Amino acid sequence: MRITQGCFSFLPDLTDDQIRSQAQYIIDKGWAVNLEYTDDPHPRNTYWEMWDLPMFDVKDAAAVMIELDACRKAHGDRFYIRLSGFDASHGWESVRISFIVGRPKTEPGFRLLRQEGPGRRQIYATQAYAADRPEGDRYKS
Amino acid sequence: MEGSEISMESGSSAPPETIDLRRELAETHVQDVLDQLDRELVGLAPVKKRIRQIAALLIVDRVRRRMGLESETPTLHMSFTGNPGTGKTTVALRMAQILHKLGYIRKGHLVSVTRDDLVGQYIGHTAPKTKEILKKAMGGVLFIDEAYYLYRQENERDYGQEAIEILLQVMENQREDLVVILAGYAERMDQFFRSNPGFRSRIAHHIDFPDYTDPELMQIAKSMLAAQSYKFSEAGEAAFESYIAARRKQPLFSNARSIRNALDRARLRHANRYFEQDGPVSLDDLMTIDAPDVLASRVFDSHPSEK
Repeated sequence: MRITQGCFSFLPDLTDDQIRSQAQYIIDKGWAVNLEYTDDPHPRNTYWEMWDLPMFDVKDAAAVMIELDACRKAHGDRFYIRLSGFDASHGWESVRISFIVGRPKTEPGFRLLRQEGPGRRQIYATQAYAADRPEGDRYKS
Repeated sequence: MEGSEISMESGSSAPPETIDLRRELAETHVQDVLDQLDRELVGLAPVKKRIRQIAALLIVDRVRRRMGLESETPTLHMSFTGNPGTGKTTVALRMAQILHKLGYIRKGHLVSVTRDDLVGQYIGHTAPKTKEILKKAMGGVLFIDEAYYLYRQENERDYGQEAIEILLQVMENQREDLVVILAGYAERMDQFFRSNPGFRSRIAHHIDFPDYTDPELMQIAKSMLAAQSYKFSEAGEAAFESYIAARRKQPLFSNARSIRNALDRARLRHANRYFEQDGPVSLDDLMTIDAPDVLASRVFDSHPSEK
């Protein structure tokens, strides 16, 4: 099951050239570029691990691509990687753009958990198959 | 890359037979920067000539790419060698503007660093530090002043070697992302290149900055004064000419920098001279550097004894 979230989630995965121009757009807007990764695909998991430091003093997307390549080398194929742009200006102080730039080779998807609650009530939950294994081992083939 | 949208258009219509390179030059506004270089920088004829050659190459390359001809990105890493005060940093700044206008680099900013900014203080500190600087310089020009300090041959465990390796790798693999300019004094740079052959071969342009002649230094002095709303009196100018000749013979002469320092001291004496005398001062007096301001210099004391 292909997981989508953030901007461009209805599009196929961006190519490196497309990622580069999006990164340049973020830089030109004056936002800080961040790279984050995780191997817990649950949609409620919002706080991902940060790769390196936020890039707020770079002028060109080439610098972002260097870090993205380094992150892929370390975590590619086993982690989801996303790129986000943080707007630090007064009144915003939040993430303005965020999209997935890397995903594991195979994505097994989610199982639906049903639980009997009090008074015949059904409690539903989703759980990633990948999450059965401990962190770091989840998408090992 | 830049210019790809243009090539798409001209590819569909029949390409014109001849191309006006002059118009191309005007369109990119490189001529403005080159003219400004000529106007504002005194002397440096070989440097200006080489910059013109590089500009010509890049313009022809641009046209070739637009016409759909094969054109590989040329290597533009440079080394600037020359004595102190010959304008290496100033030219590097201009170089960033020129390369940006030609579309060779995408941003046109200059990141000026020395050994301290690249080399760390303990194991594992150097690589992140160098990479941080390189990331900052992406899309622009990285200017490494006194580059020979990166390599300390007396200490083989020096962390500078690590910075050099990272630099070499980026200079080779990301030629289209940034231009590296190394600068330093001629003999020490030669030695640096001898002990790091990798650098020598990756740098396409070795530009030597010649020393200024006496009339050129005089011209520089005048433009420095003009920029601060000062001028020489006739006697002052003659005195400064003899000052330049005398200063050149002394040790630690550093071209335009020595001139700037001499002028600063002359201004100091000029201010004191008017402070010590009684009576009102005219506006013209406040602007004019006279012979006594220059002749009081120490340079003239030691001059006869040396001869």
